[in-house]
Amino acid sequence: MTDVLAEKAARPQRVLAAQANADHSEGMSYLNSVPRRMVTLYLPLGLILLVLLFPFYWMALTSVKPDEQLLDMETFNPFWTWSPTLKHITKLLFDTQYPTWLWNTMLVAVCATALSIFASVLAAYALVRLRFKGATVTGGLIFLAYLVPPSILFIPLSTVVYQYGLFDTPFALILTYPTILIPFSTWLLMGYFKTIPFELEECALMDGASRWQILTRIILPLAVPGLISAFIFCFTLCWNEFIYALTFISSTQYKTVPVAIVTALVDGDIYRWGSLMAGAMIGSLPLVILYAFFVEHYVSAMTGAVKE
Amino acid sequence: MSIALQGAKPAREIREVTAWDRLKVNKNWLGAWFMLPAAAFLILFLAYPLGLGVWLSFTDARLGREGVFVGLENYDFLRDDPVFWLSVFNTILYTTVASIIKFAIGLYLALLLNENMPFKAIIRAVVLIPFIVPTVLSAIAFWWLFDPQFSIISWSLKKMGLITQNIDFLGDVWNARWSVIFANIWRGVPFVAITLLAGLQTVSPSLYEAATIDGASPWQRFRFITYPLLTPIIAVVMTFSVLFTFTDFQLIWVMTRGGPVNATHLMATFSYQRAIMSGYLGEGAAIATAMIPFLLAAIMVSWFGLQRRKWQQGADND
Repeated sequence: MTDVLAEKAARPQRVLAAQANADHSEGMSYLNSVPRRMVTLYLPLGLILLVLLFPFYWMALTSVKPDEQLLDMETFNPFWTWSPTLKHITKLLFDTQYPTWLWNTMLVAVCATALSIFASVLAAYALVRLRFKGATVTGGLIFLAYLVPPSILFIPLSTVVYQYGLFDTPFALILTYPTILIPFSTWLLMGYFKTIPFELEECALMDGASRWQILTRIILPLAVPGLISAFIFCFTLCWNEFIYALTFISSTQYKTVPVAIVTALVDGDIYRWGSLMAGAMIGSLPLVILYAFFVEHYVSAMTGAVKE
Repeated sequence: MSIALQGAKPAREIREVTAWDRLKVNKNWLGAWFMLPAAAFLILFLAYPLGLGVWLSFTDARLGREGVFVGLENYDFLRDDPVFWLSVFNTILYTTVASIIKFAIGLYLALLLNENMPFKAIIRAVVLIPFIVPTVLSAIAFWWLFDPQFSIISWSLKKMGLITQNIDFLGDVWNARWSVIFANIWRGVPFVAITLLAGLQTVSPSLYEAATIDGASPWQRFRFITYPLLTPIIAVVMTFSVLFTFTDFQLIWVMTRGGPVNATHLMATFSYQRAIMSGYLGEGAAIATAMIPFLLAAIMVSWFGLQRRKWQQGADND
């Protein structure tokens, strides 16, 4: 019995540490010689990494290159510049509404994520621990909701958003994004809640705690890694969302970064490549920074949702 | 509890259990309240629009105008519309080619990342970056990379002497198709690789050691250990990959808007064009609804085609 308990108590950490602990790959690698590894491992890996990262290098380089170097590839080496300029970036930040778009995206992402996490925590707890009548079916339905893609929903949703009087307001996005986020984060949190030993809850129930107190005082503090994972992943999904923002928002001052870059920054046939690339780079930076701090959580969110 | 309280002063009066008290601990009652926020969102903004979409596909609704029921007229119209069938063809081509290549490269990359090497953690973190960056923003970078005049790819190939003319990446029918497929693969590989890597790390190394002692070649170790143990996770990953590729909108919209001559229109971009740009909501809804059977079929194939018994996941009791 105690063994079972100890094992259960160890599980939340195990889920997180799975990446690090389950890494036995050094097992037989000593059998390979260095030249052999060069060809079978480092060379293909280097090539793939090069292809994966080159667009970002190109993005960053373009955003600091002077215009004449961008268009003249014969006199200047296109792969490098010795005279970087901040012209494109300052132009983007001070001559366009880019800061407003960044703010809109941030606002929508934070609000939609907060709403979704709140709804998901309650739903996941009810599905895993209350085990009410029909919990299994509801769980299945929520999983199905995850499989409904936005590109099928945006047409009827646009009429719904119009009916509710939300068209062309940030609320149109704040209230529709949770439909993408809730199914995902509910499944993720269900996985985390399952790893918390229910004996803890039984003790709390015996001591007279209500379900709400159990949730806020016992479950949530133990599920913090899961909450962080869900938060980061939802935030990324919001930032990435495009089709709803494109359909439901028409005034420039309410647009999000991805939509605004495509619709407002691209004007006519003269593409302002420097500003466009600067916009794309600055728009990605918040996510990349967030990702750099929470790599482990991010990966566990991604793989956790798939494994469930 | 009552025994413990006997010595001390009774903190609270003991009273009859009321119906309200019973209700407060009733699981179904509590469950309903806990489910309420999530259910409200999903019903108002997901289930209702999904049904409404199917209904709209049977009406002649326009932007800003309620439609009346017209039966299968929209579908009849689509059946005779060559652009619709072209978009179906494009979608199937896009999904099949991109998914297969994503799977192949993703699995290969996962196997490479599973090796022991210096800076392993950093390399793994870096691999995922294309997946983190919003699709639209990387699609813009690809748009620039595929520029007809200033493409760095054309420039490099010309310098190497492989081509004499710039490649018209997004202006030629088949070039455009391969270009968007390439961009999709570029974005999808990290997701496949990192999730498969998580699966690979659960495979016990002693299996490989035992197989090596028995004289198994590297290919046999992959075919008879790695692959069977990985099938459940491959099934899930590929289902998601197929789902997201099939319903892709962003990449196409940013890079080609469905052009040249509709050669890269997917069903999603086509329905956007018909419903929002031209205002024929009913027709757009019919295209979107027509995606559902394809989608279900694609999910079924990747799910049941790759699904294996549960013992492979390490479960023995259910």
